[in-house]
Amino acid sequence: MGPLRSDIADIFEQVLGHPVQIADNTNIVEDLGMDSLGVMNFVMAIEDFYDISIPLDRIAQIITVGDLIHAVEDLRSGTPS
Amino acid sequence: MSILDKHSAYRHAYDTLLQHGVDPLNVRFDSVLSPTEGMLNGRRTILLGTNNYLGLTFDPDCIEKSVEATRSQGTGTTGSRVANGTYDSHTRLEHELADFYGRKHAMVFSTGYQANLGVLSALVGRGDHLMLDADSHASIYDGSRLGMAEVIRFRHNNPDDLHKRLRRLEGMPGHRLIVVEGIYSMLGDTAPLKEIAAVKRETGAYLLVDEAHSLGVLGETGRGLAEKAGVEADVDFIVGTFSKSLGSVGGFCVSDSPDFDIMRIVSRPYMFTASLPPGVMASTLEALHKLRTEPKLRSDLMRNAHRLYDGLAAMGFETGPEANPIVAVAMPDQDLAVVFWKMLLESGLYLNLALPPATPTNVRLLRTSVSAAHTIEQIDTALAIFEDVGRRLGFLTDERRRAAGAL
Ligand SMILES: Cc1ncc(COP(=O)(O)O)c(C=O)c1O
Repeated sequence: MGPLRSDIADIFEQVLGHPVQIADNTNIVEDLGMDSLGVMNFVMAIEDFYDISIPLDRIAQIITVGDLIHAVEDLRSGTPS
Repeated sequence: MSILDKHSAYRHAYDTLLQHGVDPLNVRFDSVLSPTEGMLNGRRTILLGTNNYLGLTFDPDCIEKSVEATRSQGTGTTGSRVANGTYDSHTRLEHELADFYGRKHAMVFSTGYQANLGVLSALVGRGDHLMLDADSHASIYDGSRLGMAEVIRFRHNNPDDLHKRLRRLEGMPGHRLIVVEGIYSMLGDTAPLKEIAAVKRETGAYLLVDEAHSLGVLGETGRGLAEKAGVEADVDFIVGTFSKSLGSVGGFCVSDSPDFDIMRIVSRPYMFTASLPPGVMASTLEALHKLRTEPKLRSDLMRNAHRLYDGLAAMGFETGPEANPIVAVAMPDQDLAVVFWKMLLESGLYLNLALPPATPTNVRLLRTSVSAAHTIEQIDTALAIFEDVGRRLGFLTDERRRAAGAL
C-alpha cells in the first residue's frame, strides 16, 4: 500500500469511526456502507488533508478507491481533469 | 423490470414512510381558507408551513388587481418573451424590482427555480469556478449543472473554508462566483454575509445571494439579508422568488452588472418557457407595493417568529440557531419525527416534515414557517399543540424541560 492509500485508509477510519480494509477496486458507497452525507464528509476530509478541492463533476465520477486515488493524484499535480 | 427501477432505493424509503399511515409528501387539503387556515380531512387546521411570510395570498387588493389584469389581458401569455412578446406588466414588474433594490437591471423568470437555473448557467461557463455553499437549494445545484463551470462546494456558512478554496484556485484563469442564500430554507439560519463579502472582495470573486426566504423578511426595508448585513454594494446579483413573501409564483434577478440584458438571449430557462401570466404579475406588483409601504407586515412577522421560536425552545425542543420565520424542530429519529408530525396534523396543526436527503447533515425536522397573518392566539395554539404531543409521546420529559430552563 503506497503512502496515498494508507493516508486515505486513515481518513476513512476517522470518518467512519472504525478501521477499514481498502483496495483499488473497493466501492466507496457499496463496500464501505457510506451514505451521501458520509461521502461528503469524507470528501471534505480528503480535500483538507491534501489541500485540494475536488470539483463536483469529478466527485460524481469517483466510484472506487482507485478512482479516488487517481483524482487526488491528478489534482495534486495540477493536471486538468 | 421497469425503466424506473433505478429509483428503488427511494421507493423503499417512501414505502417505509407510508407504513406509518401518512403520506407527508402528498398532503391533500380539502380547501384553503386563508393564509393561516385550511381544511384537512374535514378538520379546521392551522397552516404553519406555507412560506406565506407576509400572508398576502388572500389580500383583497392583490386579488382585485389579479382579477382585473386577467379580465383585461387574458389568462396566459402562451409563450416566451423572446418568441411571443413582452407585456406591459413584465416591463413594469422589472422596473419596480429594480427600483426597490436600487439596481440598474431586473429580469423576471417564470419561477424562482428557473431564475437560479437561468442566472447561474448564464453567469459562469467553461473555465469559470462556481463556489456553492454545501447546503444550497436544489435549484442552485441544478443550475450549476446547466453550465460548464467547475463546481466547488464549501462547508455550510463557513467563510474560512470558502476562502481556503478560493486561495487554492489562485493563478488559475476564469471568473469565480460565490453563491449563498439569505435564509436557508430548512433550519432558518442566515449566511454570515459580512464575512463572505470580505472574502469576495479579497479574492476578486463575484457574489450572488438567493434571497428566496429573506425578501420582505429581513432588512430595514425588506430587501433581505444583504440589506440587513449592510453589504448590498458587495452583492453583484440578487435572485429571489415571488412564491413566498409575495404570495404568487415567479422568480427574478436584479443587478448593476453591465451587459446584464444579454442574459435575455443566452439564458435558456428564460427563453424556452412561457412567461408569467398577467394575473400573476398584477398580484405580485401589488404585493411588492404592500411589502414596501406596510412595514408592519414585517414587524408582525418577526413578533410571531420570536414567539414561536422562544416558546418551543423554552419547552425543551431543539430549534435552529436563530429566531427567523422558519423555525425548525429537530427530531432524534425518523420514526419519532413521522409519528410526531402525524399527531400534530391530527391535532389541527399543519407543518412540514423534512427528512434526509432534503435536509442538511441528515437531520429530521418538523419545519414550520410563520406568517405575519398568524394571530398571537394561533401561535399560542400551535405551541400548546406542540407541547401536548411532546408530552403524550414522552418526548418532553422533565429533564428536557429543566435543561431548557422551563421548570
Ligand atoms: C433558496 C431557494 N431558492 C429558490 C427556490 C425556488 O423558488 P420557486 O418556488 O419560485 O421556484 C426556493 C424554494 O422553493 C428556495 O428555497
